[in-house]
Amino acid sequence: MTDLILTPNINRADDFYAELLAAHEGLSKDDSDALNARLILILANHIGDREVLSQAVNAAGLPE
Amino acid sequence: MNKIFEVPLYPYERSPDQDAAAPVRHPVVIIGAGPIGLGMGIDLAQQGVKVVIVDDNDKVSFGSRAICFAKRPLEILDRLGCGQAMVDKGVEWDVGKVFFDDREVYKFELLPEKGHQRPAFINLQQYYFEEYLVNRVRELEAEGAPIEIRGGNKVTAIGTHPDHATLEIDTPEGSYNIEADWLIACDGAGSPTRQMLGLDFVGRVFEDNFLIADVIMEADFPSERWFWFDPPFNRGQSALLHKQPDGVWRIDLQLGWDIDKEEEKKPENVIPRLKAMLGDDVEFELEWVSIYTFQCRRMEKFRHGRVLFAGDAAHQVSPFGARGANSGLQDTDNLGWKLKLVIDGKADETLLDSYDIERIHGADENILNSTRSTDFITPKSEMSRLLRDAVLDLAEHYEFARPLVNSGRLSVPCTYDGSPLNSADALDGPIKTRPGSPCPDVPLGDEFLLPKLGNKFILLTIDADAPDVVEEDGIRVERLALSVKDDKTGALKERYLGHAPSAVYLIRPDQHVAARRPSFDENLFRAAIRRATGKE
Repeated sequence: MTDLILTPNINRADDFYAELLAAHEGLSKDDSDALNARLILILANHIGDREVLSQAVNAAGLPE
Repeated sequence: MNKIFEVPLYPYERSPDQDAAAPVRHPVVIIGAGPIGLGMGIDLAQQGVKVVIVDDNDKVSFGSRAICFAKRPLEILDRLGCGQAMVDKGVEWDVGKVFFDDREVYKFELLPEKGHQRPAFINLQQYYFEEYLVNRVRELEAEGAPIEIRGGNKVTAIGTHPDHATLEIDTPEGSYNIEADWLIACDGAGSPTRQMLGLDFVGRVFEDNFLIADVIMEADFPSERWFWFDPPFNRGQSALLHKQPDGVWRIDLQLGWDIDKEEEKKPENVIPRLKAMLGDDVEFELEWVSIYTFQCRRMEKFRHGRVLFAGDAAHQVSPFGARGANSGLQDTDNLGWKLKLVIDGKADETLLDSYDIERIHGADENILNSTRSTDFITPKSEMSRLLRDAVLDLAEHYEFARPLVNSGRLSVPCTYDGSPLNSADALDGPIKTRPGSPCPDVPLGDEFLLPKLGNKFILLTIDADAPDVVEEDGIRVERLALSVKDDKTGALKERYLGHAPSAVYLIRPDQHVAARRPSFDENLFRAAIRRATGKE
């Protein structure tokens, strides 16, 4: 069983972050929220593994 | 228009019970002559159990109400002797379209598995459904079967005792009392029986209203299920269009919570809504309009001593997924054979506790599915709407998002995993026929498997030896011998053998698997029969 990766795993992380911000550039709050929601669903489908997804949902809740 | 739902089909008639000196005792009394009460009555009468069905009304359902009947209930209706009439009249459909805003997002085909006698679904107005059941009751009566419907009989009080129940019944000619060894309440979501006995009915109420309209029109729409999320003609809400027989179309429009129901039901308010949906140039006639709200809830127990609850009286779900009447009929299918064994003294009364366990399992599965559909169709928070809309937008472009679209997960029978009547799985066979599963159909030449199983305990052998009859403590089990040599389509192997070269199945009268092994072992199958009848 795969575990959720919570250590650095993105190549050229600064580039990714800039790309994420650029995708939201010029969008209204509603359109930005919708983009985020679509992105979550696309990424979730790519991961697929139900166990990893549950771990991700929990991790997003932040530890106490 | 002379509609069947306006004709009294079982008008009040005076019963000799009303003139009896003391209350007459009946083996089984059923309250409610709806789809579930009638189905229950037919099931028992076919087994020779004397039943009286009482109903305060004398007509079938007013308006179409439940319209979507799934394969499993049709298979049950075949055994009740009226499946064919339903299928002949019903509209078959297998294509669904989903719209979001003003776009068609995607189209799906139900693609039912091949090799089943009955279609995945038919649409049929509840009044026809009930009419065919009443016809079947009349047919049974003509054959001398012990079944009777008493219209205009309203139960006003119920007394419960360890070995019977008493009923006080109001009629146009005054009240009378009867007694019942067993009382089955099939009196709907508002069940007066439940209220009279002061029993709980807990769950989740959905704060929403739906306008439901049957319109008659000569329209060019195909026999498909069309579902709209947030369409221009019903902003922020949902809509559904579905075809019924006789050129009648079901339209469902979500209205929201804060509305004036009486105002919304008026034709002058309904017609403009429908015109906005169908287009100004479509001619239609309004047959029936209603506004409904719904709950997802169930009773804590369906059996209360000698009183048993079935259908909406026991559990209620949202209409998304057609799980109301469909699951109610599965209740009666589960209860009928068990009650017959108990009445005949061939099983202990505690066998009926397995009705509770198995059908609560079914109800919980239905409530879970219909609650999830409801949460998708009517998002309750800003974020759930945002995610819902994201799914719909993605579904238009990417296949992955389509399974997430939930406009109702259509009714399939549940598997009674963990039931005390199951014996441990001893076959390396397909998961879909593990103990507890409803038997899937299989084509056998020009015939099908399910009608051969019928309503009795069966020992199904596939390339395995076994005696023709096994009798264990009053329970007779007949063998049905099949071979993969006769399995031209391969469905028998695929559905019942898997990797196993042979198999022996013990199948219950409601066509659920009780036990399976690679070969016949007398001691183990005798134990399985005892277990399936609540004796182990």
